[in-house]
Amino acid sequence: MRTIVAASAVLILAVLPVAAPWLQFVLTVAIAKGFAALGVAVLLRAGLISIGHAMFFAASAYGVAFLARAGINDLGLLLILSVLVAALVGAIAGMFLVRYRAIFFAMLNLAVSMVFYALCAKLYGVTGGTDGLPVPIPAVFGIAVGEPVFKSVLFYLSLALMLLVGLAVQRYLNSPLGHALSAVHSNEIRLEYLGIPVWTVLLIAYVISAALAGLGGAIAGFAIGRVVPDFAFWTASGHLVLIAVLGGIGGVPGAFLGALFLELLHSAAVTVTDAWNLIVGMTLIIVIMFLPQGFYGLFSRKEASSL
Amino acid sequence: MTHSILEAKNLHVAFNGVKAADGVSIAIHQGEFLAIIGPNGSGKTTLLNICTGYIRPRSGSVLLDGHDITRLSPRAIARRGVARAFQIPQLFSAQRVIDNMMLALAATDGLWTAIRPLDTGARREEAEALLDLVGLADDADRICSTLPEGHRKLLDIAVALALKPRLLLLDEPTSGVSALERFPLMEALMSALRQRHITALFVEHDMDVVARYASRVLVWNAGNIMAEGRPDEVFGDAQVRERVVGVA
Repeated sequence: MRTIVAASAVLILAVLPVAAPWLQFVLTVAIAKGFAALGVAVLLRAGLISIGHAMFFAASAYGVAFLARAGINDLGLLLILSVLVAALVGAIAGMFLVRYRAIFFAMLNLAVSMVFYALCAKLYGVTGGTDGLPVPIPAVFGIAVGEPVFKSVLFYLSLALMLLVGLAVQRYLNSPLGHALSAVHSNEIRLEYLGIPVWTVLLIAYVISAALAGLGGAIAGFAIGRVVPDFAFWTASGHLVLIAVLGGIGGVPGAFLGALFLELLHSAAVTVTDAWNLIVGMTLIIVIMFLPQGFYGLFSRKEASSL
Repeated sequence: MTHSILEAKNLHVAFNGVKAADGVSIAIHQGEFLAIIGPNGSGKTTLLNICTGYIRPRSGSVLLDGHDITRLSPRAIARRGVARAFQIPQLFSAQRVIDNMMLALAATDGLWTAIRPLDTGARREEAEALLDLVGLADDADRICSTLPEGHRKLLDIAVALALKPRLLLLDEPTSGVSALERFPLMEALMSALRQRHITALFVEHDMDVVARYASRVLVWNAGNIMAEGRPDEVFGDAQVRERVVGVA
């Protein structure tokens, strides 16, 4: 049943841009943010709130821009390398950050990401400062394509990756490592007495979450065509936490549900009033009050309650 | 004489000037079921904390099979085959009972081999067998936080058994367990220990349980060993009966 619902949802997403072409960009960005929010949601399983994951989102997008400037011009290769860049940054930051818990973890992530933001904004000669860097359109499997074709390819590739990466993350969460990650939130003492290294469990989760944010950042960079320091600003990190909570951390689809809802709501609200933030804010309050498990809780109440 | 699986030598520990261990030495021999009894606050749980690396003694050493483990972490000691069940159960409260068990089993299988699901059929069967052993088979799919205290205690012991230890340290295994369940639990525990050739040390306040199941008793009082021997010898000691058992 769950597979049928997921397949139907992906099918609907796939045909939506045919009916309304303007939706293609919105949905691509939503999926990109969904990946990053999924990264945040992975850490939320261990009770760790990162208010700095936009750093990995931005690191990967900058990675694409730098690699493209260095002459790498293939979509697949750029995606893989930029995700590796984000994972590497995640491994370096994670080695230090996963020693901390609760507010200290949240604030240190925020602090590190703001240092990264400041570097992006101030190192004009390297990063282009607040103007950012262009992300050129790469070749797709060695074939040079125009912008409209590339944007369609990017959208359908994102959709396919959403399924494939989503399944991989679900598998990780169902593995002993994933359960150990959730167990960190409950009882670190017992984990240690089981002989399970908490630091390693968290570092692996942190690197995975950074890679997911990186994948989102690379897709967003390609979709927007430019990367700017605001990608790494703390409000962008807060936005990712909001998406993760809104969608629900009970299952992988939650992050994507939250991202799609928020992007579509935002797109609709800006057409109604300049005070679109008011509509978004009010909607969020209602959703959070009446759906404490997030949107995913609507589809899987039992599973959500077990976390 | 069977060889000592664990030895604690000349341990000194004090908290705010109160001595929990004052030059104590003990040895746990292969295959025995050693009980430690004594008044509250006399340092019994501290001994378990030292032996599992949770706290370090001011001086003295702990040897496991002759190797010094005094400075090792609880994780490193657990990986050497020492498991612990706690006075206050230490569980993953938000997870299901069966998941607690399967994670413990996965830890012994080697966590890193496992991108496979936690719930492999064989692992679930093994977990269910252990739950059946302690009488929790019907609770397998319940969330831990919803279990009554006695059942949480049983699960804590089952989790420790799932680690397939060589040495099991139990802190008041029957506290919080109803009077009706106490002896069935101990019978199941003893059966598991014998079947799996597990040596055990248990801290206990229930003297009936100690008298019935311990192969040797050690009486701990104010950081020192007051008496030691077979249960009948120890409970025959007038000083022990007066100070520890509470019967003059």
